[in-house]
Formats: sequence, structure tokens, C-alpha cells
Amino acid sequence: MRWIWIDKFVEFHSGERAVAIKNVTLSEEHLHDHFPGFPVMPESLMIEAMAQTSGILVGEAKKFEEKVILAKVKKAVFFDYVKPGDTIELDARIESITSEAASTSGKISCRERLIAEIDLMFSHIDQNLAGKEFPKENFVFTDTFKSLLRGLVSDGGCREPKSEGK
Amino acid sequence: MAKSRDEIFQEVQWVLVDALGVDDDEVTAEATLMGDLGAESIDFLDIVFRLEKAFDIKIPREELFPAESLMNNPEFVSNGKMTEKGLAELRDKVPHTDLSGFENDPDINKLGDLFTVGAIINYVETKLNAA
Repeated sequence: MRWIWIDKFVEFHSGERAVAIKNVTLSEEHLHDHFPGFPVMPESLMIEAMAQTSGILVGEAKKFEEKVILAKVKKAVFFDYVKPGDTIELDARIESITSEAASTSGKISCRERLIAEIDLMFSHIDQNLAGKEFPKENFVFTDTFKSLLRGLVSDGGCREPKSEGK
Repeated sequence: MAKSRDEIFQEVQWVLVDALGVDDDEVTAEATLMGDLGAESIDFLDIVFRLEKAFDIKIPREELFPAESLMNNPEFVSNGKMTEKGLAELRDKVPHTDLSGFENDPDINKLGDLFTVGAIINYVETKLNAA
């Protein structure tokens, strides 16, 4: 079972842009330690949420045939805190994509307030690392991950963007 | 209007400062990407993407940094040294790189030193002139 750290996609434009949301709740145990009496979402976990949003966008662009691995955090700048009860919106765009890698830019916001800017690089590992062999099955994109896209992208990788009401 | 070499240098410098998190005074024309600026393999792709955006050019895979595929080919590398055939291939693929030092001692561990900031500037200059 993979760890899913975003709640759902609200927009998905294949190969271009995706918007996901995550609800932050005090029932997440780490918030009690980060920090006692002042719970705020750890910035590392904001990067994780953006990596999942961008990574699924990049994976879908190649119909989930590539193993997409986060290779580099190009930029991560944080402007404000995220607190329990907040819903954050993760807006990811593909800047460049080739057969071996992709570069994305992303913004996290909460009620129109800019929280963070996170730009990432992903590697299609089968096309890199000098021909090193990896397991055949796509261990990155399991069905659990793909289920996030149900209703937004048809199984055939259909490119029509559908938007759910926010 | 065509960009001067100085303008290209400045933009390349900016790209490398941003991609590798180095200071601008470290990015000299002689600096090597791996040795001096600490670039790793994924950084090369990052640099290619950024150069494409900065100069509005297309950089085909292997054109700017072709060493990886050469190093994996037994025809081109033998006992840790690049063969004559490999050197010929390298000369052909990287006309924008000064190979004279490497040809005297073609140790593949030194291949990384060939990728200098100057080589990127030469490449971009050739590319812009051809456009």
C-alpha cells in the first residue's frame, strides 16, 4: 500500500497542469509534536504533497508507463504556515518533459494566500542511470495512486480536462 | 539581435547559479561542472531544461552532454581509457569542447572535467548563430 498524502484532484489537464487539494487535520499525529502548542504542517510534507501532485501529472503524461522518481527539489520557498483545519491547494505545472525526465513548477495556496513555491525534477528511471535495470512492474504508480484520478482522467489516458466544482 | 558572448556568459552563469546553488563568482569559464560546481547527473538534465528556456532553443539529448552514452559503450572505452575510436566519436559529438588535454591522457574518470562552463557558452553560441 502506497502512502497517499493528497486528498483529491480537482483539475487535471493531461501533460500540462493539475490541481489537487489536501485537508490538514489535528488528527495527524505529527502535528502534536510539530510543534507542541503550535501545530503547523511540516514544510517537508508540503514538498511531499507537491511531489505527489506533480509526479502523478508527469506519470499520466506518459500514460503511467514510466517509473517516475523525484530526482531534485529545484526550489522550495515557504511564505506562510499551514494549520489544522486548513485546506491547501496544490497547483502543479509541467515546464519541460522529455523521454528521460521532467521539470515541474508548483504553488501551494490556502484561501488565495500563497503558502509555498515548489519546483521539482523527476527522472524516468528506466531511461537513465546508464541502463541499470529495475523491476518490470511499475512500482511507482500502483492502482491506489491511479484511483485518485478516477472521474478526472479516463483509463485510456483521455485528454479531455474535466473540472469538479470546488 | 544576436547576443554577445558576454551576454551569453551572464545568462549561463545565472542558469548555473540557480540550478546548482553556487555563487556567481564560482561560475568562471574554466570551472568544471562536476569537479568545481558539484553537478550530479540529474543536474545536467536540469541545466539543459533551463538553457532551453533561457535561450529559447531546443537541445537534443546527447548533444550538449554526450559522455554518458560513450562511457557505456565497450567499443569506446577500454581499461578505463577512451579508445581512439571513442576519441574520434567524442570529437565529432562535442565540437564546442576543448579536448586537447584529455587526448593526451584519456582517462574516463577525467571525462567529467571536460564539461566546463566555457563549453556550455560555446555550445549556446553555436546554437544561436545557427538559428
